[in-house]
Amino acid sequence: MLVARSLTKEYPSGTSSLAVLKDVSFSVPQGAFLSIVGPSGSGKTTLLGLLAGLDTATRGTIELDGTDLGQLSEDQRAQLRGEKVGFIFQSFQLIPTLTAMENVQVPLELRGDRDAEERARALLERVGLGHRLDHFPTQLSGGEQQRVAIARAFSNRPRILFADEPTGNLDVTTGATIVALLEELNRESGSTVVIVTHDLALAQRAHRMIRLRDGVVVEDVATASAPVTGGAAAGGGVSAPGAQPGAAVTTPLPGTTATAGAPGASA
Amino acid sequence: MAATLGQLSRLAWRESRTARRRLLLYMSSISLGVAALVAIDSFASNVTRSIREQSRALLGGDISLNSNAKWTVQQDSIFGALTAKGATLAKQVQFASMATSPGSQATRLAQVRAVGRGFPIYGEITTSPPGQYERIHDAPIAVVDEQLLQVLNVKVGDTLAVGQGRFQIAGTLADVPGDPGLSSIVGPRVYIGDEFLNTTGLLVFGSRAQFEVLVKAPPGIAPAVLLIQYNKKLEEARVRTRTVAENERNLTSAIGQLGDFLGIVGLVALLLGGVGVASGVNAFVARKMDTVAVLRCLGATSPQVLFIYVVQSVAMGLVGSGIGVLIGVVTQFALPQVLGDFLPVNVRVALEPRAILTGLAIGSWVALIFSLRPLLALRTVSPLQALRRDADPTVLRVKLADWPRLTVDVAMIVSVVWLAAARAGSYERGFALAAGIAVALLVLAASAASLSWLARKLLRQGWPYVMRQGVANLYRPANQTRAVVLSLGFGAFLVTTLFLVQANLLKQFDGARAASRANLLLFDVQDDQAPGIDSILAAHQQVALQRTPIVTMRIAGINQWNMTQMLDPANPDSVMRATWALRREYRSSYRAKMLDGEKLVAGQWFGRRAARDGEPQAEVSLDKELAKDLGVKLGDIMTWDVQGLKIKTRVTSFREVNWARFEPNFFAVFSPDAIDKAPKTFVVLASVPDAKTVMQVQRDVVGRFSNVSAIDLTLVQRTVSGIVDKVALAVRFLAVFALAIGIPVLISAVAATRRARLREGVLLKVLGATQAQISRILLAEYALLGVLGALTGMVLSFGGAWAVMTFVFKVEVALAAGPALAIAGLMLAITIGIGLLGGRDVFRETPMAALREA
Ligand SMILES: Nc1ncnc2c1ncn2[C@@H]1O[C@H](COP(=O)(O)OP(=O)(O)O)[C@@H](O)[C@H]1O
Ligand SMILES: [Mg+2]
Repeated sequence: MLVARSLTKEYPSGTSSLAVLKDVSFSVPQGAFLSIVGPSGSGKTTLLGLLAGLDTATRGTIELDGTDLGQLSEDQRAQLRGEKVGFIFQSFQLIPTLTAMENVQVPLELRGDRDAEERARALLERVGLGHRLDHFPTQLSGGEQQRVAIARAFSNRPRILFADEPTGNLDVTTGATIVALLEELNRESGSTVVIVTHDLALAQRAHRMIRLRDGVVVEDVATASAPVTGGAAAGGGVSAPGAQPGAAVTTPLPGTTATAGAPGASA
Repeated sequence: MAATLGQLSRLAWRESRTARRRLLLYMSSISLGVAALVAIDSFASNVTRSIREQSRALLGGDISLNSNAKWTVQQDSIFGALTAKGATLAKQVQFASMATSPGSQATRLAQVRAVGRGFPIYGEITTSPPGQYERIHDAPIAVVDEQLLQVLNVKVGDTLAVGQGRFQIAGTLADVPGDPGLSSIVGPRVYIGDEFLNTTGLLVFGSRAQFEVLVKAPPGIAPAVLLIQYNKKLEEARVRTRTVAENERNLTSAIGQLGDFLGIVGLVALLLGGVGVASGVNAFVARKMDTVAVLRCLGATSPQVLFIYVVQSVAMGLVGSGIGVLIGVVTQFALPQVLGDFLPVNVRVALEPRAILTGLAIGSWVALIFSLRPLLALRTVSPLQALRRDADPTVLRVKLADWPRLTVDVAMIVSVVWLAAARAGSYERGFALAAGIAVALLVLAASAASLSWLARKLLRQGWPYVMRQGVANLYRPANQTRAVVLSLGFGAFLVTTLFLVQANLLKQFDGARAASRANLLLFDVQDDQAPGIDSILAAHQQVALQRTPIVTMRIAGINQWNMTQMLDPANPDSVMRATWALRREYRSSYRAKMLDGEKLVAGQWFGRRAARDGEPQAEVSLDKELAKDLGVKLGDIMTWDVQGLKIKTRVTSFREVNWARFEPNFFAVFSPDAIDKAPKTFVVLASVPDAKTVMQVQRDVVGRFSNVSAIDLTLVQRTVSGIVDKVALAVRFLAVFALAIGIPVLISAVAATRRARLREGVLLKVLGATQAQISRILLAEYALLGVLGALTGMVLSFGGAWAVMTFVFKVEVALAAGPALAIAGLMLAITIGIGLLGGRDVFRETPMAALREA
């Protein structure tokens, strides 16, 4: 469960300050699939950064599974990320000196997991890259790199996963496969997925959509893809399978069950 | 559950994959510094160890007894007593004399050593063919330095004339323990048995000779104990003593001093390398910002991030130091070939684990401490940067009271001071050295800042574009002005200082080379032989340029004190007087005028000040340094013992003497009335035009007066030049070595901006810039940086050279701007070269690279 209350972010500009986010509040139940949309410069990335604890809000609070991020030190937030949060970036952000396998292992190794290698291999197979384990990022296409990034994001069995314009650097078809993959993994793992995009068609594939304009939430609705019981309402159940054709991969996510309660890798 | 250090290290190892080579390049800045320290330390330990192992052979006996005069009855009785106690004695007399080939009539000043049986007691003088040294007591034969054979154009088996004596050359010397190889160049050695000394007819009155007796303590009595028993008697009889331990200490401390000086050079080189490491790692950090931001997003804490990159740096620092150790060891093994001639001992080269470990430890520590400073910046990388690629990676959040950073700063300063103190021998000097380095760095930083400032002020819109762009590079955000000026300037500072010190040291000899017109020097000319010499010179249409009288004497007293009182520690005389100066024998002269090479620094020359009542009429002028050691002031009364006769003189002036000139110089010069009646010998100087006449005059003089020695100064000058050239080569090697350190340091310095320059150059190409234009932009920037860095370094080096010459060598310094400018030019060329080399990458990239950059 992720709860944002009256989030405000201001950047100093000259003598005054510029409010990039103004009094944003909402909550995301565990297992939800949420998209945040809005024109460029509306504050999407800023909001994502705050939700993930990468940055601190000027005012307001964020609670992740009952923990107030504002109360944590920077390193405590880093540890929390290592345990509960996954990340996907527009520009993939794989570590260029590591192979696909090694990239996926990083969050696990940072936590001190022993089964890193096994799990990384399974995850890469799950995203369809079982044959590219030892390739370096430069040897992979954009779509493949993003799939490695997804495997990495899921490697620590995150409670919540953030993706900032994950399809922004990809062509339409590849972008669609990536979102489909995210949707499947959301369903299989029970991880909450928050995806930022300015592509409305992709945003519609999430179950719920928040629209930002000039730092203010102007719309918060359930989409057509929402499961029958879902929508903006609370409740962790994601038991109903979303009718998503076109998914290229079908093997279940290793190490997780399809129920919401099972994941959670807190130590 | 947190990651184990092993896991993090493994991650560090993998992550460093492509950075390893680059990081190693930065770390190679310290390699040569480490190499220098290892080579110097190892070699010094090798030498010291060899001295220790061979110490008895180096002295030749347990105790060496010395005198400058023939052994007296009193002294002989002491030797008798020693023998009676069971001690073994062996004698040697050493003096300079002309060695002539009767066949070719060629003649050369040689060091003649007439040795008694059993000399030396320890160690072995070896010859080629072997076994000849042992035969010199049985027949009039000599073993000589190979060099003498060449000069005289004779071979083994030929006859050699020394004075009136004739000796058959039985072989050449292979090894004489305790003599540096170089000593044969100064004067080739001629060993004869003392049984045949009398046949030479040499060693007449006034000729200089050194008499030595080696003593081996009887079994069961320690040499030190034996010495204590006889010390007082020996002292009274004016016999100088030297024990194995003293000899060893003297030799070792001389080596130690040389090692210390070189060690400081090595340390400064290492610190220069540290500057290179810092700027290289700084560049490295800038490249790693993105990765670190991602790692932070993925949950890495800042200590974890720091650990990963510290591990990488330390590992590469260790490799860099290791390479340095290797180079150092190779150098160490080569050094005896270069320096062997200067050393009194046969150096046994061996690996010195201590020196190696020390080098490795110091190198790694410098690598760690200098890379830690820039690495600490990684702590503050925000994970947000992973979301915003365009976020400026150089804008890091800087806290004022950042304890870890302050700790690193303090550790850095403490390490530098401590290392400097360890090398320089005292904390005072360590502080001075560290302060000197700090001043140099501050001056460089200030001049870099003013360059940036000036560039901004002076930049004009009217300038051609490439010029504007190049100059703007000096001050825009994230510029490399400071890094380059610091490392370049410091490198130039080091190289130029070394060079200036060398030039100044060698200039001393150059002055000597140019100073005198005279090229033939005859000494030990007796009073009654002077007319004969004149007539020989006249026969060759030559005249004596100068005839300098020499009177030998000792000090008998100063003011109211006699020698015994002054040497007595309980003496109420409050003046500190150096024992060596009180005791030594003085070879003095008298004359009415001053010489060209002398400068009056206090008082007045003879005859300018009348004696007051009760003061002696005779005057004496002392060498300034000697006066200081003797604690003598102007107006003091000195009593001299001139072969038994007491002569009182007033000290009326102090002179500064250039000892490097070949003309005879004197500690004490008397007014003529003081000592012209005393027994004396003469040194005669003549200027003889051609080599053939020089040889003929020498031959005639030596033929008629066998006690007279002749020195062909052209030969000596050539010898000195030879030595000077060897020293110069060694120092030049140091300078080249410093220059070599400068290169990786400079590469590290420009590394920080390399990527930015690359991206920008590619963009400019997209926009239509030609390669020539891009080259000119780079040229403008690096030329300005180079000029400033090299010139600031040069100015600093004047200060550095002055400090070294004044405090270490205590000689006046002349600053040679010409060569310094040449070095500055060279540094400038290297800088531009490295800058343009970076440009090559731009040319290699197609403009497509700009599109691929996300
Ligand atoms: N560090 C910053 N300082 C000042 N303004 C910023 C900073 N970061 C972002 N902004 C501003 O905040 C606004 C929102 O940015 P962002 O969250 O990146 O929007 P989006 O991701 O929706 O395109 C923009 O106007 C941007 O200029
Ligand atoms: Mg954005």
